[in-house]
Parts: sequence; C-alpha cells; structure tokens
Amino acid sequence: MIIFQNVSKIYTNHKDTIALDDVSFEIKRKEFVSVVGKSGAGKSTITKMLIGEEKPSKGRVVFGDYDISKLKPKELPRLRRHIGVIFQDFRLLANKTAYENVAFALEVAGRSQAEINEFVPQALKMVGLEDKMSNFPKELSGGEKQRVAIARAMINHPDILIADEPTGNLDPINAAEIIKLLLKINELGTTIILATHNKDIVNDLDKRVISLENGRVSRDEEKGKYLLV
Amino acid sequence: MAEFQETKKKENIYSYKYNIMLTTLSRIIKYGILGFWRNGWLSMATIAVMFLALMVFEGLFISNVLTKAALESLQDKIDISVYFKTSSSEDEILTIKKELELLKEVKNIEYISRDKALEIFQKRHQGEEIIAQALEELKENPLAASLNVKAHNPKDYEVIDAFLKKESYGEFIDNVTYAKNAVVIGRLNKIIDTVQKLGLFLTMLLAVIAVLITFNTIRLAIYSNREEIGIMRLVGASNAFIRGPFVIEGIIYGLISGLLSFAVIMPIIYFLAPYTKAFIPEINLWNYLISNSFNLIGYQLLFGIGLGIFSSFVAVRKYLKI
Repeated sequence: MIIFQNVSKIYTNHKDTIALDDVSFEIKRKEFVSVVGKSGAGKSTITKMLIGEEKPSKGRVVFGDYDISKLKPKELPRLRRHIGVIFQDFRLLANKTAYENVAFALEVAGRSQAEINEFVPQALKMVGLEDKMSNFPKELSGGEKQRVAIARAMINHPDILIADEPTGNLDPINAAEIIKLLLKINELGTTIILATHNKDIVNDLDKRVISLENGRVSRDEEKGKYLLV
Repeated sequence: MAEFQETKKKENIYSYKYNIMLTTLSRIIKYGILGFWRNGWLSMATIAVMFLALMVFEGLFISNVLTKAALESLQDKIDISVYFKTSSSEDEILTIKKELELLKEVKNIEYISRDKALEIFQKRHQGEEIIAQALEELKENPLAASLNVKAHNPKDYEVIDAFLKKESYGEFIDNVTYAKNAVVIGRLNKIIDTVQKLGLFLTMLLAVIAVLITFNTIRLAIYSNREEIGIMRLVGASNAFIRGPFVIEGIIYGLISGLLSFAVIMPIIYFLAPYTKAFIPEINLWNYLISNSFNLIGYQLLFGIGLGIFSSFVAVRKYLKI
C-alpha cells in the first residue's frame, strides 16, 4: 500500500544536509510498523513525506493510487483526508473544544451535520473521552489531548494512521495507554506507522521494525527489536 | 429509461456537489463569526485601529468638502467688468456679449445698461444731496454700460481679457478691469492651486498610512493564528476552507468599524456645522452630509470591508504553504 522507492532527501539551507539516503521499503495493508532511530535519523522526514509536507529530492513515494511525490499543493488536502496523523505536540486547535476539534476533520471533508452528530461522539467514546467533549485543549491532560488527536485522526476512517513520536510528551502510564489504543485501531484494520525512539515501547510491541541510521535503513525485520547502536 | 436514469444520476451528483458547497460556505461563515467572537480582544483591537483609520478618512472627506466650498465661494466673487464708451449703442454691446458667450471659458455674462447703471448708482448714493444735484446738472447720464463676465475657472480671465483686446472692439470698449485685478486674481489662483495640491497630497499620505496600519493589524491577528492554519492544513482542510473564516472576520471588522465611525462622525458634524457656516456661508455641512450619507456610508463600508478582505487574503497566504 505504501512504497518508498530509492528515496533521498537533501535539505539545502546553509549547507546540504542529507536527511534520507536511498531509502526503500514497502508497507502492506493492516501492518503495524515501527520506524525507529535516534533524533535526526530521518524518522520525521519519512512521516512528512507521507503527508506531502516534504517532497523527496530523489525517488518516489506512493500511497495507494497517489504518487505523493508528484502531487500538487492543491491536491494535498484530499490525500490528507485518507491519512490520519498524530504528533508529539498533539496539534489541536486551541480555540476549539475537543468535540469541535474532532468535528473539524469531518467538516473540512464536507460531511453533513447529521454524520458529524453521529460520528464525533462515537470517536470520542472510542478513546474514552465521552465526558470531556466540551473541554478546550488547555483543560485536558497530555494523555487526553493525544486521545483527542487520535479521535480526530481516525474520524475520516483513514487507511493509515501515522504517529510521529506520539508518546514523546507523555509519562509512561499515559504512553502505554496511547500504544494500547493504537494496537486496538490496528486490530480494527488500519495500517499504523509509529515513528519513535522509545526503546521499551518498540520492544514490547513485537511487530515489524524499520531502523534508520544517518538517513539509511540499517535493519528491517518482522518482529524486530530496537537495538542500540 | 437508461438515459433517464443517467441524467437522474447526473442531477444527483450536481445537487450533492451543490449541497457540499453550501454546507462548506455556511461552515466558513460560522467559523468566521466564531473566530471573531473567541478572539475577542484581538478583534476589538483590530476594529479600534480600523475605526481610527476610517475616522481619518472621514475627516479628509469633510475637509475636502469644506475647502472645495470655500474655494468655490471665493472663485464666485471674481469677475471682470467691461466698460463701454458712452457712444456705443446697445445693439453693438449685445453683439459683443453674444460673441463673448461663444467662448467656452465664459460661464455667464450680465449686461448692465447705462440706465441700470444709473439706477444702481442712485440707489447706492441715496440721500446724498450733492451727488443728486450734480447728476441733475449734467442732464445726461454720465455712466457707461458694462458687461460683468464670469469665467468657469479663474485662470480663464486672461484668455477672456486677450479676446477683448481685439482691435475691432477698440472703438466700443472703454476699459476692462482685468488689468487692475490681474495681480489679485493671479495670487488667488496660486493659493487655490496650492491648497488643492496640498489637500490631495495629505489625503493620499493619510490614506496610505491608514491602509498600512489596518493591513498590519489584520496581519498580526492572523500571525497569532499561524499554528492553527498549519494544523488545518494537516487535517486536510482546503485553502478556501482555511482562508474563508479569516476573510469573514475581515468583513466583520470592516462592517463594524464602518458603521461605528459613521455613528460617531454624525453627531460631531451636527455640532460643528453651525461654526463652519460662519466661515463659509455657502455650505451647510449637516445638510450636505445628510444628502450624501448613503455615499459616505457606502464608501466607508466598501473601504473597510475591502481592506478587511484584502488584508486577510494576503496575510493567510503566507501560512498556507505547508
């Protein structure tokens, strides 16, 4: 479903920085893949390319029918409605309530009010926040914020959920909750790409692991471990 | 039948698309109003700045009206008189009058016959025995007939004066007052010119300042929302969906500040109008404002809303690149 084909990314700001160097891999439908590596290994670049925020300098990124590396900025919103994303810093709209944050993802897709009224409470219930629907993000804890973000990411029934360091700002208990939620979503049929440098989480998962080192794939194993280099 | 179903299907798709557009539009408006409301302080500050900018505009508008009226009333007081020799017949004078009227510079001409001149003279010197006696002794009316010529533009008197210097007129015309008044008319022309140029310059300068300040204020308001814009992009919102609410907010800013400045300027003018009347009796500022209020409020809303839309549109652009 997702194909990275000889992808390289070179940032040309002050001096050339190679973020990705000839990276190739394929992710199948319903897989749960962890992408691991130290900061600066290229994890974020991969997630950014999947949502079209960055374009590869060389190579191709394909998602289903989309050749992401060739999409025009105008076509990006449509792609992004097929991909759910959550981030380390949650990225919720501060002046919208939890309910409105989730509803927003449906509204931008032009869904009807009836659908919104039906789906949003369902999604918030799935992440266990049915009693905090009208709270603003500043009134929620880190774990709760991330769960709102997950509800928002899942509301359009995306084929794939990308989690970029979702536990980076959370304590171990909340982190474990979030990972449990991701596993549940995966079981329901959504492909998950988890970018993280949290060793314990990866080792507990016992799923496929792609290890990045200086922009190259150093390991790609089913049921892999996060090995210290 | 199959064809019918095909068109039916097409109609359905159209109405579906139409529905989506409608819901999107109503959501954009809803979010615009919501954003305006929830960013309370920022909205107030923006409106305050736009309100001040609009007040400046109104001030300029009114001062332009006043200067124009003052200059016009001054211009109206200028004319030149052509005095004819007493030997010239009325027919000859009227022929010259007709010829003068053909000049495009001439606004109107008043003919004062010798009898009329005498009448005016007597009226002016009513009760002055010596003058009445002197007139009686003369037996004949000593006063000359004259034409009072008014031009559209004070600058045109020179042309008219030159026209009257034609040789064929020499035997009829005694003298033209232009030569006497030329210096005054020239100076007045210069003053009018300067005042108009200065007014235009000031208007443009203040207009530019007002536009820049308003633009910058809206830009700052949107700058404080830049993260939100990025998030909206990531969730898959189209540019129109992101930009729309900001443009709606801009419209609200323009609407409120436009109405507000109009509501404030009206009572001010009402109290000031009698004072301006003392300086320039030709104009009643209050009446002028009332009869032009639709224009004024229209321009203000146009300006306010236009500026709001333009600023929002341009400012959001910068953050739509993710």
